[in-house]
Amino acid sequence: MSEYVLELRDVRTHFPVRKGVVRGRPACIVKAVDGVSLRLRQGEVLGLVGESGCGKSTLARTILQLAPPTGGTVLFEGRDLGALSPKALRHLRPRLQMIFQDPYASLNPRMTAFDAIAEPMRIHGAATRSEAPARVSALMAQVGLAARFMKKYPHEFSGGQRQRIAIARALALQPALVIADEPVSALDVSVQAQILNLIAELGQDNDLTLMLISHDLAVVRHLSHRIAVMYLGKIVEIGEADAVFNTPLHPYTQALLSAIPSVDPDRAGEPVSLRGDPPSPMNPPLGCPFHPRCPIAEPACAETIPAFIARAKDHKAACLKIEAGS
Amino acid sequence: MALLEVDDLRTHFHTRNGVVRAVDGVSFAVEPRETLGIVGESGSGKSVTAYSLLGLIPTPPGRIESGRAQFGGLDLLRCSEAERRAVRGKRISMIFQDPMTALNPYMTVGAQITEPLRLHEGRSRREAQTRAADMLESVGIQDAVMRLREYPHRFSGGMRQRAMIAMALITSPELLIADEPTTALDVTVQAQILALIKRMQAALGMAVILITHDLGVIAGTCDRVVVMYAGRILESAATRDCFKQPRHPYTQALLASLPAAHVKGEDLYTIPGMPPDLSIEIEGCPFAPRCGHVVEACRRGRPALEEVARGHASACLRVQAGEL
Repeated sequence: MSEYVLELRDVRTHFPVRKGVVRGRPACIVKAVDGVSLRLRQGEVLGLVGESGCGKSTLARTILQLAPPTGGTVLFEGRDLGALSPKALRHLRPRLQMIFQDPYASLNPRMTAFDAIAEPMRIHGAATRSEAPARVSALMAQVGLAARFMKKYPHEFSGGQRQRIAIARALALQPALVIADEPVSALDVSVQAQILNLIAELGQDNDLTLMLISHDLAVVRHLSHRIAVMYLGKIVEIGEADAVFNTPLHPYTQALLSAIPSVDPDRAGEPVSLRGDPPSPMNPPLGCPFHPRCPIAEPACAETIPAFIARAKDHKAACLKIEAGS
Repeated sequence: MALLEVDDLRTHFHTRNGVVRAVDGVSFAVEPRETLGIVGESGSGKSVTAYSLLGLIPTPPGRIESGRAQFGGLDLLRCSEAERRAVRGKRISMIFQDPMTALNPYMTVGAQITEPLRLHEGRSRREAQTRAADMLESVGIQDAVMRLREYPHRFSGGMRQRAMIAMALITSPELLIADEPTTALDVTVQAQILALIKRMQAALGMAVILITHDLGVIAGTCDRVVVMYAGRILESAATRDCFKQPRHPYTQALLASLPAAHVKGEDLYTIPGMPPDLSIEIEGCPFAPRCGHVVEACRRGRPALEEVARGHASACLRVQAGEL
């Protein structure tokens, strides 16, 4: 078996955008994910950060083959997911799970907590009808929900409790890889801390490989071993969490970090200001995707797509203005 | 003299499942030109407070049970609808969280920005258009004249929020109420919008009430802050004091639960339990069931918000007694 649980090789997910009622030729192509290569080791937590529209959720959907890649390969435990038959893929699905952002939308309002958590086991034949209640209550205990809540419906739970149900459901089939897409952004600060602790604890207990997608760098830093920063479909920087946080290489990462409002009134300095909004992926700029907003851009940045440059071991960024280090 | 003085505001919602005390005895003041932050988690009553001041509470089920809100000789809670309309959108403006839904998709941006001018000041269309173009330019939108003719869907999220700000500020209000103005935006755009609000505040000399759940946003922008929980104010202080030396266990717990307050990988501090059900009358301190410093007295009577240090008020009995 491969050393990596998940390996992405130059993955591209492009969507054609058609104009008009009659479906004609695509007017343009949205390159939601455009040449992403990543590797996740067993038990590793990778944080993926970026602003809305940068393609981080599409990347998650691509890994799970919910939005199949239009180029490149997704290897899960050494097997090319794109080359598998639908049946073979279905057999692998239990090992790949996802936790979604909005626990209000991701749970079926007509299913009780028991139904929601037992459903994956039923579909994949992982537990018989008589085993299910015991398995569900064990899972609920794992995520900190009392078994007496089993017969309750989603509307009877708070946001934090709903996210616990979603987590229990994701863990029901003992996955190897869990992708959590903004798992705490819909929750209040005090509840957020509870869910983050839970994710950290469950990740360790179950030896999960975790991909944590968030726009909140503080959240990502707290849980991740490594961080990848995405901008307009491309990874622009990747490295050890502390390295990315303490010595960000890419000007986008630097701006992103400085834009996080600090709760320390003494440290709340002026953020590195970026001009304008993130560009539309329908009409990406030529050259470096970040150059129109970059405070240190040069004419060359508008022409050349920068390659990854390693500044230190395992810390790389795609920017023309950084030099290779030792 | 304070620009706005709110005293004992109570807004309750009479629902089939009982009376929800969304805002339950809130008092605060806003000085001219200052920025007051109202921070709290969802359901703490911060938005209902703002909506009550502007008469935007749907009645029924909502009802303002008591209180006064003095704004330049006018009690906003008791004045006639006509008096309130003369203030709302003219002397007090509001911007909302989601610029997608707060703008009318059927009206051009120009028509929406000029509306307050035409209604409140009776300006001609041409004059209003010129002012709107200037305003749009000063909030950082290029090609303003052309942009005024476009519809909101052509604007990005950040630009829509800029257009909302232009609309709110075109009458040069004395007070701007911003309800989670950056929650729907990306962090880099959030930083731009907060800087813009600050810049416009200085230019127009207005006061701002900034409502948010984000403690970081408060720390970076507000002069003073009130912390709300279960429809009440638990702490009120200058921003610096509130973050450097919080004097209510709830504020302390909230700050302690932020990932940034922790060493990487260490378990995050969590507040046990859940916020109280507001449809049940709360006896004693609303935070008592979740508080680590609770004593018997906390569960009886209602702790008042009292000054415990210069300009620093706390509604914690134990802090008031000097025990914490």
